[in-house]
Amino acid sequence: MGQVIQSIDYAAIAPALIVAVTAIVVLLADAFDVPRRFIGLLSGGALAVALLSVVLLAFGDRRATFCLPGELRGNGPRSCSYVADDFTLLFQGVVLAGAVIVVLLSLREIAEAEMPAGEYHFLLLSAIVGALSLVAARDLVLLVVALETLSLPVFALVALKRYSGTGSEAALKLFLVSVVSAALMLFGISLVYGATGAMHLDRIALALDDLPGEYDPVVGVGIVLVLVGFGFKVAAVPFHFWAPDVYQGAPLPVAAFLSVVSKAAGFAGLAIVLALGFPAYAHVWGPVVALLAALTMTLGNLMALRQGTAIRLLAWSSVAQSGYMLAPLAVGTDRLPEAVAATTAYVALYAVMNLGAFAVVIGFRARMHQSHAEYGGPEWDSLDDYRGLARRSPAIGAALAFFLICLAGLPPGVMGLFAKVVVFRAVVAGDVTWLAVVMAINTVIGLYYYLVWAVRLFAAPEGRPYLIAAGPGSFPVRAAIAATAAGAVVLSVAPQLVLQTVSSVS
Amino acid sequence: MVGTPLAGALLLLLPAGRFLPGDVAVRRYGVAVSGVTLLVAAVALAAFDFGSPTRMQFGVNEEWALSVGLRFHLGVDGISLPLVVLTALLTFLCFLYTIKHPPAGGSTRLLTALLLVLEVGLLGTFVALDLVLFFVFFEVVLIPMYVVIALWGGAGRRAAAYKFILYTLLGSGLLLVGMLLVAVNAGTLDMTELATRQGAGLTHGIQVTAFLLMGLGFAVKAPMWPLHTWLPDAHTEAPTVGSVLLAGVLLKMGTYGFVRIAVPGAPEGAEFWAPWLGLLAVIGIVYGALACLAQRDLKRMIAYSSVGHMGFVLLGIATLTPVGLNAALFGNIAHGLITGLLFFLAGAVKERYGTGDLDALGGGMLAKAPTLASILTFASVASLGLPGLAGFWGEMLALLGAYKPHGDLPRETFMTFMAIGGLGAVLTAAYFLRMLAKITHGPPSEVVAARSVAGISVYEYAAWTPLIVLTLLVGLWPKALLEVTTAPVRALLGGG
Repeated sequence: MGQVIQSIDYAAIAPALIVAVTAIVVLLADAFDVPRRFIGLLSGGALAVALLSVVLLAFGDRRATFCLPGELRGNGPRSCSYVADDFTLLFQGVVLAGAVIVVLLSLREIAEAEMPAGEYHFLLLSAIVGALSLVAARDLVLLVVALETLSLPVFALVALKRYSGTGSEAALKLFLVSVVSAALMLFGISLVYGATGAMHLDRIALALDDLPGEYDPVVGVGIVLVLVGFGFKVAAVPFHFWAPDVYQGAPLPVAAFLSVVSKAAGFAGLAIVLALGFPAYAHVWGPVVALLAALTMTLGNLMALRQGTAIRLLAWSSVAQSGYMLAPLAVGTDRLPEAVAATTAYVALYAVMNLGAFAVVIGFRARMHQSHAEYGGPEWDSLDDYRGLARRSPAIGAALAFFLICLAGLPPGVMGLFAKVVVFRAVVAGDVTWLAVVMAINTVIGLYYYLVWAVRLFAAPEGRPYLIAAGPGSFPVRAAIAATAAGAVVLSVAPQLVLQTVSSVS
Repeated sequence: MVGTPLAGALLLLLPAGRFLPGDVAVRRYGVAVSGVTLLVAAVALAAFDFGSPTRMQFGVNEEWALSVGLRFHLGVDGISLPLVVLTALLTFLCFLYTIKHPPAGGSTRLLTALLLVLEVGLLGTFVALDLVLFFVFFEVVLIPMYVVIALWGGAGRRAAAYKFILYTLLGSGLLLVGMLLVAVNAGTLDMTELATRQGAGLTHGIQVTAFLLMGLGFAVKAPMWPLHTWLPDAHTEAPTVGSVLLAGVLLKMGTYGFVRIAVPGAPEGAEFWAPWLGLLAVIGIVYGALACLAQRDLKRMIAYSSVGHMGFVLLGIATLTPVGLNAALFGNIAHGLITGLLFFLAGAVKERYGTGDLDALGGGMLAKAPTLASILTFASVASLGLPGLAGFWGEMLALLGAYKPHGDLPRETFMTFMAIGGLGAVLTAAYFLRMLAKITHGPPSEVVAARSVAGISVYEYAAWTPLIVLTLLVGLWPKALLEVTTAPVRALLGGG
C-alpha cells in the first residue's frame, strides 16, 4: 500500500502539539490585553495537560510517526523521524515537570521586572516545544530544527529584562556561542550525510557499520562536530563559558530553565545521537566524551570553589554536574544501554534537586530585592547574605540545605548519593576506571563548596537586615519549593522509583 | 536494630513545643532510645547461635532496586556481632554521660538526633551485606559527625570538621570505585556471595586496582599512616562524646571494611599489597608512638595513640592469616573499649581542670582526685598492652601473625615488621608512663592546686564501669571473643 501523503499520528505528538498551540494562543491573548494572571495560568495549565498526555501515552504502546513512506523505504528500517517510546516519554515528562516549576517561578519575576507577560510565556512555551521534539527526534534534520527551536527563544528570554545591561550582554554572548556551535554542528551533519547518504539515525547506524575505511576521517570529524553542538547545549567544557554570565544576566527562572530543562533535552539528544546513530564509531566519540566529562567536572568544580554569589556558584556547579552526566556516555559501545540509563537517572534526579536550589534562590532574591529597595546596599545576593536563613525561615533554609546536600551526594540526600552511585557504576562497568577516579576526587571538591554554603545557612546572621515578610505574590515560588522538596524527600527515601523506571526504559 | 535509632531520630524532627519540651527530657529520651537499641543488640547476642558463627543470622534480604541488582540485605555473623554490640554499648554510654555532662554548643535536641543518626550509620555499616547498602551507611556517618564537631567542638573546630569530612569523602569516593570494580566484574553486589567466590572471575589486574582503591578508602577511615592527618585534629576538637564514638567505633569501619570486603573480595590484590600495607602499618605504629611522646595535649596524645593501635590492627590484616585477622578484630574491640574509656577520662579531666595541656595540668592528680587518677592509670595501662587486659591480646596476636604470615608472603619482611612492631609496643609503654608520671604523680601545679576538683558523678561511673569491666573480662578471657570470630575469619580467607 503506497502512501504518498503521510498520515500523522496525532496522539504521539500530542504533548508538543498542546504546548505549541498554547504558545500561539498566549501570544494572541496578550495582543488582546488579557490580564497577566490568566496568561500565566494558561501556560502553566497547558504544560500540566501536556504532562498528563505524556503520562497517558506512557501506558500505551510505542508510537512513531513521520516515517518514511513504504516505497522510499527500500529494504531499510522503518526510519521514523518522531518516536514516542518510553525513553522519549520519560524525558518529555522531566522536561514538562521542570517547565511547570519554571512557570511557577516566573510569575512573580515577570511582574516585578516588568517583563511583557505574553511574550515571556510565548517564548518559554516555544522553547519547550523545541525540547519536547528534540527528545523525540530520530533523524538529524528534526534534531537540528528542534535544537534551534529550543535555542532561539532563549536568546530573547535572556534579554527580556530590557533595561538591564547585563541581560543584553548575556543574550549576545549566548547568541554568538550558540550560532557558532550550530554552524559547526551543521557542518558535522553534512559530513556524516556525505559519507552515509542518510539522515535517519537508524539508517546512519547501518551505513556506518560497513563504511569503507577511507571515509573514517570524514565521519570521525563529523561526529566530533555534532558532539560540539550538544556540548554547547549542556554547557560542557570547553563550550561552557557562556553559562555563568548568562545565568547571572538572565531572569533567574530563565537560568533555571537553561540549567535544567534545556540541559535535560540536550543530554537526551546526545544520548539519542550517540546510541542510535553512531554506535559503530564509539571508539572515536567514547574517548572524546571521557575527556570532555573529566574536564567539565574538574573545571566546573574548581571554578565553583571561587564564586562569591549564589547564582554564579549554581552556574559553575551545574557545569560540573554536566560532567557527571556526561561521564557514563564515555564507555562507548561497551554496556551502552546501562550507560544511557545512568545518564538518564542522573538527569532526572538532578532536575529535582537543582530546580529546588534555584527555587529557593529565586525566592530569596525576591526578598533581597525588596529589602534593597528599602535599605539600599549592593544588589547581588552574595553567599554571605544567606547567613542565618535557616534561623529566619527554618523551612526554606532546611530545604536549601537539603538540596545542596543532595547535589553534593551525601546522606541524608540519598537521592544524590544514588545518582552518583549509578553513574560510578556505569563508568566502572565500561572499564573507564580513570574517569571514575577523577569523579571521586571531584565529588570531594564539590562537597566543599556545597557544604560551605549549607553551613552559612545555619550560621548566626550578620550584616544587612532584610524583610522577613515573604511579601505578596510569593505563593507560586513557595509552591515550587514545596514541590521540589517533597520530590527530593520522596526520592531520597525511595530512590528505586527513578532507578527502576529508567532501567525499564533504556 | 537499625530501625530503633532511626525512628528515634525521626521523632525528634517533630516541633519542639509539642514533643518533649526541655533539654532534660530530650536527653532522657536519647538514653531511652539508645538503651532500647542496646537491648535489641543484647537480645541478638543472646539469641545468636554460637554453634555456627559463620552463618549470617537475623538476616533480612529483600529486593530493593532489582534493575541495578540492589538488595536490602542485612545480617550478623561472628565478625560483625561484637562490633554491633560495641557500637550499641558505646552510644548508650555516651547518652548516659550526656545527661549530666552536656557539651556546650548547639541545642541538645539536635545533638541527640545527630548521635542517633550516627548510630544508624554505624550499625548499618556493620550489618549491611550489600555493597551499595554498605556504602550508603558508610556515608550516613559523615554529616552528623561533621556537624557534631563543627558545633560542639573546641577552638579550631571548623577547620577540623572540614578536614574530617573532605578527607573521609575522598576516601569513600575511591572506595566506591574500588567496590564497584569488584562488583561489576563479579556480577554481584552481595557481600556473602563475593566472600564465597574468593575473587573467582576477576583478573589479577582488576583485583590489584580494586584492592588499592578500596584499601585507600578504608585506610583513610582506619586511619593508616600517612593518611591519618585528619584524625588528631578531629579528635582533639570534637566534644567528648564525639571523640568517644569517633575513636571507639568510626575507625573500626575502616578495618572492618578491610576484613569484610577488601580481603575476601580481591584476595590476589590483597596478596599483592599486603607487604605495603604491613609496612605502612608498622610505620604507623612507630610514628604514632613517637608522635605521642611529643604531644603536650592529653586528647591529642590519645588521638595519636589511636594511630599506633590501628597500626597493629592493620598489621594483623596484612598478614592475611586467620591469626592476624583475628588479632585485628580483637584489637578493634579492645581499642574501642579502652580508647572510648580514655576519651571519656580526657573529657572529664578537661572539664575539671579546664585544660588538657599536660604541662598546665602539672602532677598530683593521685592526691587531688584519686579515683579519676586511678581509672586513668588503669585505662593507660590497658592501652599500653599489659597482659591480662584487653589491649594485650590484639597486639600480641598481631605480632604472632606477623611471625608466620600467609604462605605466599615474604616471611623475612614480616619478621622485620614484627620486630619493629615490638619496638613500637615498647614506645607505647614509654609515652603512657610518661603521661602518667607527669600528671598523676608528683606535686600539683600552683594553678591546679588552687582549683577544687569535683568528684566523679554517678553518671560518669555509670558510663565508665561497663568499659572497665569489659576491658578486664576480654583481657582475662579472650577465648570468648576469639571463638566467635575465628570460624568466620577462616571462611572469609577461603579456608574451611
